[in-house]
Amino acid sequence: MIQVRCPYCDALLPEQEFAYAGQAHIARPEDPSAETDEAWRDYLYIRSNTRGLHKERWRHVHGCGRFFNAIRDTVSDRIQETYRMFETPAGGSADE
Amino acid sequence: MSNAYRIPAGGRINRKKPLKFQFNNQNYIGFEGDTLASALLANGVHFVARSFKYHRPRGILSAGSEEPNALVTINRGQARVTPNLPATTAQLYDGLIAASQNHWPSLNVDAGAVNDLLHPVLAAGFYYKTFMWPRNFWNTVYEPFIRAAAGLGKAPSEPDPDFYATRHAYCDVLIIGGGPAGIAAALAAAATGARVMLVDEQSEMGGSLLSEVSVRIDSAAAGDWLASALETLRAAPNVQVIQRAAAFGFYHENFVGIGQRLTDHLADPSADCPRERLWKVRARTVILAQGAIERPLVFGGNDRPGVMLAGAARTYLNRYGVLAGRSAVIATSNDSGWLTALDLARAGSAPTAIVDMRPDVAPDLVARAGDAGIEVIKDSRVIRTSGRFRVRRIVVARNDGAGQRELACDSLLMSGGWTPSVHLWSQANGTLSWDETFKAFVPEAAPGGVFAAGAGAGVFGLGETLQSGWSAGSAACRSAGFGAPGATRGFRIEGEIAASPATPLQAPSTGRAFIDFQNDVTAKDIRLAVQEGFQSVEHIKRYTTTGMATDQGKTSNINALAEAAATLGVSPQQAGLTRFRPPYSPITFGALAGMKRNGTFQPVRRTEIDPWAEQQGAVFEPVSLWRRARYFPKAGEDMHAAVRRESVGVRTAVGMFDASTLGKIEVVGPDAAEFLNRLYVNAWKSLAPSRCKYGVLLGEDGFIRDDGVVARLTEDRFHVTTTTGGAPRVLTMMEDYLQTEWPDLQVWLTSTTEQWAVIAVNGPNAKQLIAPFIDGIDLSDEALPHMAYAEGNIAGAQLRLFRVSFTGERGYELNVPTSEARRIWELLHAAGAALGLVVYGTETMHLLRAEKGYIIVGQDTDGTNTPQDVGLGWAVGNKKKDFVGKRSLNRPDMLKADRPQLVGLLTEDSRTVLEEGAQVVSTGPAGARPLGHVTSAYWSEALGRSVALALVAGGRACMGQDVAVCAAKVQTRATISGTVFYDPKGERINA
Ligand SMILES: [Zn+2]
Repeated sequence: MIQVRCPYCDALLPEQEFAYAGQAHIARPEDPSAETDEAWRDYLYIRSNTRGLHKERWRHVHGCGRFFNAIRDTVSDRIQETYRMFETPAGGSADE
Repeated sequence: MSNAYRIPAGGRINRKKPLKFQFNNQNYIGFEGDTLASALLANGVHFVARSFKYHRPRGILSAGSEEPNALVTINRGQARVTPNLPATTAQLYDGLIAASQNHWPSLNVDAGAVNDLLHPVLAAGFYYKTFMWPRNFWNTVYEPFIRAAAGLGKAPSEPDPDFYATRHAYCDVLIIGGGPAGIAAALAAAATGARVMLVDEQSEMGGSLLSEVSVRIDSAAAGDWLASALETLRAAPNVQVIQRAAAFGFYHENFVGIGQRLTDHLADPSADCPRERLWKVRARTVILAQGAIERPLVFGGNDRPGVMLAGAARTYLNRYGVLAGRSAVIATSNDSGWLTALDLARAGSAPTAIVDMRPDVAPDLVARAGDAGIEVIKDSRVIRTSGRFRVRRIVVARNDGAGQRELACDSLLMSGGWTPSVHLWSQANGTLSWDETFKAFVPEAAPGGVFAAGAGAGVFGLGETLQSGWSAGSAACRSAGFGAPGATRGFRIEGEIAASPATPLQAPSTGRAFIDFQNDVTAKDIRLAVQEGFQSVEHIKRYTTTGMATDQGKTSNINALAEAAATLGVSPQQAGLTRFRPPYSPITFGALAGMKRNGTFQPVRRTEIDPWAEQQGAVFEPVSLWRRARYFPKAGEDMHAAVRRESVGVRTAVGMFDASTLGKIEVVGPDAAEFLNRLYVNAWKSLAPSRCKYGVLLGEDGFIRDDGVVARLTEDRFHVTTTTGGAPRVLTMMEDYLQTEWPDLQVWLTSTTEQWAVIAVNGPNAKQLIAPFIDGIDLSDEALPHMAYAEGNIAGAQLRLFRVSFTGERGYELNVPTSEARRIWELLHAAGAALGLVVYGTETMHLLRAEKGYIIVGQDTDGTNTPQDVGLGWAVGNKKKDFVGKRSLNRPDMLKADRPQLVGLLTEDSRTVLEEGAQVVSTGPAGARPLGHVTSAYWSEALGRSVALALVAGGRACMGQDVAVCAAKVQTRATISGTVFYDPKGERINA
């Protein structure tokens, strides 16, 4: 059971309080109807499956209820950093 | 021969407290402080088990949790029968009843022992090679045969009458292992004020110190030093000392699972005490001080009863006052066999000979052995043993094979070197390096916050071990942010015989030389696996099953690796070690389950009306975490009879249904309509206040996620209902979009599921039933038509009234504050008698909605259906520029003509009710093609026939066509129809 720091509650808490919510920084297209079939398919289904540092979303579901972002090392399964929605992580850019 | 092998004095047993016990129906006496193993050995019993595969006689190999042989069943009567317990860890209590296992009819006469004669065909990979064909033999012949022949003990079939506790704990320094290293670490940490937990699997703290009789630490006898150290630790308020607690798994970020046995050692445990406690410990730092485990030597017949690890024999002698035999021979590859020999000599029972593989042995040891009258046979090893149920003779030879000679003995005490216990270190992702001195893997690079100490870190010698523990304690405290004592504290050791654990790696052996005793894997099996092409140790392990028994290969891993590496012609570090996985030692399901069983397995959600339903004799069913009344049988009715009566009552008079479990979300704010417009497929902005709409929610993939009626209460306030199971999912999805996609929208979401109870009243008499109790609402069809909403009061309670129907009849859903629900329900129920009121459950609800073709998300959909697929295309606001999932509805696959589409099925024989899940198959001349499956099927009393809904490929273009419906062994002919079976014009809604 890993530990997660909720950036809104600012507390390091057991994984049980949280729910994983998929890869981070995949913005919903502004106008989906303008997307090609291929681009829309990529938005729906294509994920990075990163080995190493992975930016992903979590929700403090049994706490404040907020969604936030985390950078997790998928090799060690440790969360390196968490940051609020629409913020930039200390450890790098907000893409991928 | 009672306690014939007990020396007259010494040991840590309490000779004033004799304990009676039984093994295989024989009565014996042991003493308080004994394990079952030490008590059996004191009575001369070595042969205690039959091996797993070959049913070979086996004895007691070790004195601890590494025991692979001496697994017994302890019987406390009825359901309290525990199989597969190592006799070496079972603490003796008065009246203990134990039995050997894996034999028939008895330990001495075992029919399964024929397997041993068949060993040439039972070698590694035997199961894979033999039990292949025919395929239908897998479940019917082979598996039952294998299970019966190669069994461990039998678990009781009754439910476990004991209960189990769970505790979460947090500490700064968790020390695993209460031997000298762990205790020194705890002493160092205790003084810093850090929260310290010291856990040890044994009944007594002390580890190897419990087997030391002549050593002095800081001028005190080892036992006295231990007692005073434990007194210091127990007196420290920041230190918790936990016994009988085995750390079985090291998980993420210093999260450690520990199983503590609380009552198994008691003759008469209190019923109030849990049997075991599962500790879930999150530690800032962890010190692993689990010591080292002695390895067997690998030679023909090394598994015979009476063949024991030399260190174990030393423990039995010094800690329990028990001799393994009267005429022992020591076989060793390192100094530690000599320590056992010298201790036996001092106890007046010197072994006849020491057979050492090494040509050169420390002269001091040789001189001491000579003084004790022990013959020293160097540069030699044991070739084979004999003796039916106990070793009687051994053959030794020089390493070059010459000079064979026979020695008589009643016990053979062996040492093949020591293996540091690195299981948890490895689980913690600590790396290992090969140590040429000990011929074992030792901890190398430490994972963050984890420290190794003592023999488990490859440190031997008592003074060095104590110092290593102290340093680890100091370093852990520093790492946890505490002012730590100096890293060194000299421990003064006297009376220790200098002995080195350095050992040569064992040479390949001959004969039936066992490596993994518990899984009956021989050196030859490992060689065979390599010959057959296995090169990775992970594959060799799985093919031969070495190291895969419940002992986790504690005594066998290194010997298996050495044999594999030698056969592969590589070095042990090149071959590498197999990955260690939890559990380090067995943990019971009871401990893992804890309180999560029976009524406390998971929470059961009950509505306010649930107790009333129970009083009425309702039959319940689980729906997500809710329990819902399925039907309300009258005397003599089965479910079908009850549903017939209930459904007819609703269609002809009036029915009342507890719909409180419906999910409810209040969506409020200036942008509430815009928010729902973006989320649901429907057009919401045109919905006027006091009106309802049936809403459909998709995922971005275009597939239906949920549905439910939504009422617009005011311009900026919506009452959204969801399916019973979908409420948390829908709220999460709403929050997700609101927080992460559209944070600019001013909308607030509140779950109100438990705030509002819902009484659904349906049927032609529905209005008559509720009207007398309602204030402030005009119930006329003009003022409150179908799909209208109004607020008022009912019998003095607040009322949110929905004019909606999930039955096709005139329907009202009364939302009242949950605290008022029971009162209102009973009022309506009493008044309903005159109107032919029935109370109905979920089964009738399912039937009534199916007669109307209304879908249930999750029953008639499976997560891959669009609104078009299930005939809900009408609900989609196609004029909207966008909503969640809209883009996906235009993906090429979503437009295919042969998508699964929801249709009705009418069976040729109207009495046949189809099976839900049955396959729908084409019957045309082209032959049978799978078309889809039945999603809902019922007997409809209103129509006098069966009805069914099905998802059928391109089904809507096939109206009137015949299909076959195939369930197990039954084929039924049916015709594809529309989905609305009852009242297709929808006139009943205003009847
Ligand atoms: Zn939070």
